[in-house]
Amino acid sequence: MPETRELTMAEAVREAMAEEMRRDPRVFICGEDIAEAGTVFKVLTGLVDEFGTERVLDTPISEAGFTGIAVGAAMTGMRPIVDIMFGDFSTLVMDQMVNQAAKVHYMSGGKWKVPMVMRATLGATRRSAAQHSQSLHAWFCHIPGLKVALPSTPYDAKGLLKSAIRDDNPVVFFEDKMMYKLKGSVPAEDYTIPFGVADVKREGTDITIVATSSMVQVALGAAQMLEEHDISAEVIDPRTVWPLDEKALIASAKKTSRVIVVDEGYGRYGVTAEIASVIAEGAFFDLEAPVKRIGAMHVPIPFSPPLEDATVPNEQTVFEAAKALCGR
Amino acid sequence: MTTAVDRPKTQSEIEAQQWLHMYRRMVMIRLFEEQVNDLYTRALMPGLAHLYIGEEAVAVGVCAALEPADYITSTHRGHGHCLAKGAALDRMFAELLGKEAGYCKGKGGSMHIADPDTGNLGANAIVGGSAGIATGAALSAKRLKTGQVAVCFFGDGALGQGLLYEVMNMASLWKLPVIYVCENNLYNEYTHNSETAAGDMLTRAVAFGLPALTVDGQDVRAVYQMAKAIVDRTRLGAGPTFLLCNTYRFMGHHVGDINREYYRSKQEEQMWKTERDPIHLLSDWMISQNLADRARFDQIRSEVKSEVEKAVQFAIAAPYPAPDKADQDVYA
Repeated sequence: MPETRELTMAEAVREAMAEEMRRDPRVFICGEDIAEAGTVFKVLTGLVDEFGTERVLDTPISEAGFTGIAVGAAMTGMRPIVDIMFGDFSTLVMDQMVNQAAKVHYMSGGKWKVPMVMRATLGATRRSAAQHSQSLHAWFCHIPGLKVALPSTPYDAKGLLKSAIRDDNPVVFFEDKMMYKLKGSVPAEDYTIPFGVADVKREGTDITIVATSSMVQVALGAAQMLEEHDISAEVIDPRTVWPLDEKALIASAKKTSRVIVVDEGYGRYGVTAEIASVIAEGAFFDLEAPVKRIGAMHVPIPFSPPLEDATVPNEQTVFEAAKALCGR
Repeated sequence: MTTAVDRPKTQSEIEAQQWLHMYRRMVMIRLFEEQVNDLYTRALMPGLAHLYIGEEAVAVGVCAALEPADYITSTHRGHGHCLAKGAALDRMFAELLGKEAGYCKGKGGSMHIADPDTGNLGANAIVGGSAGIATGAALSAKRLKTGQVAVCFFGDGALGQGLLYEVMNMASLWKLPVIYVCENNLYNEYTHNSETAAGDMLTRAVAFGLPALTVDGQDVRAVYQMAKAIVDRTRLGAGPTFLLCNTYRFMGHHVGDINREYYRSKQEEQMWKTERDPIHLLSDWMISQNLADRARFDQIRSEVKSEVEKAVQFAIAAPYPAPDKADQDVYA
């Protein structure tokens, strides 16, 4: 039997980076407070002791600057991992990711490559208010040239991050900051998870809940509640939102004939909109009901706990929406 | 039997050859750009182009101080940098015309020429947008101990971009082998930089601990000599330097910018063209020093002219990419 351990999400992410840095001397990490501090979420704690400050490189508070430096380093032989503390700070790196990293390969006629990873966090309910709580991953999915991964378990986080680091393209990797302490089994031996392959987190027959990142646990909780009402829910996690495993999502929709898509980003023009459209186009004649979308409330994330909690999908909202969609 | 050919060259002959080489490069850029203007005017070129005419000494002087493996990043006004770093005329023209044979298979165009073979990390249509890339290339060179240096070309307009200051700060902290070459052509598009850049340009870099130097960007010898000194010390690990090259854009912001009197006078343009043309300044000096005669320059010009014409013909005749290539090269 291969050895597996129970690791937290943070440990799985850290282990993926440590293993890749051991495997490939070109891999390095840069970002704010990542070395001795190990990031504000303590995800990188200890890495600097093994790899030193050149490979776990503390930067000034200059997100655009160090992301741009990573783009140039990636083009010229290194494999940088950029640490963007809060996904909200994506706004500061957009030119470097969208106009530079995403386009270098194409604009050069396929000659230059940008093998870099931008790690960032998403997710609300940390009582951090509107500039530290957003889930902005949909922005990056909109841009050709980027890949976007949204792990929902320690196992997926480690396998997807290793794939991201080995990918020759810029990959944006979003971690739910509320999930860092979530535990799960992770094999001890080396493994990767290919991009564009969805994972059925729970099988079911009556309704499909497509869920990403932070919303996978919510969907699983809702599925448990639905089971008590004799509704069998399938929970499927695309794991990467680009590339997107359209085939698996459509197949699940055809099987159950009812679909809810839940993602912590804003619904309007968001990940849920894209996935709902893919399913509507691909499974139209098998659907018993319109595809239902659930995302964050379309407001800046408020600070006050009861207000903030009201903006984020939870087990109860997903449960109720699923029940209604099943006509119960 | 000893012939004149075998006679070792004197120092001044070697220098003369070096200056003639730079003369040829400057003329190549000038004639390339004149041809681009002509192609645009005859509606043979899609899009638009930002001509480097008048600024040739900066690209040529700086790139002459670099090794082939050294990196450059360029700007929307980038044809001169690419040619100075060694790009071929035919593939340059082909790219500008959107042809498959172009440096980027027609996917980049005038503002995005990139070529790994000549260390060209790419021209960039975001003002100041390549400052990070150049600095990152310098980080790679330092980490991988390759001995390469990176040159980041940008205009005075980029002094308005925060990215530049972020990366100069990091380049200085980490002693990266990068040279920030600011081409001060006085205008941010259609606006004089007295309206856009407060205070002093050099002290911006000085604040981050970079040596900051100024050079006459119309004098290719001065640019080369200063660049050479900077490149040499950069290669030895001295860290980043900021070089301000005072120059002038003889033409408009782009090929379609014809009537310019609302932002600068014809007299001003005329003064630069007649008194400060980098190509004439070099040939006049060489003639005055008896390093070459007028006929030599005429000969170079005529050789380059036929190379340029041949390259244009190649590009015009070259096929466009098939439309089904549009979705290729998005991902590596």
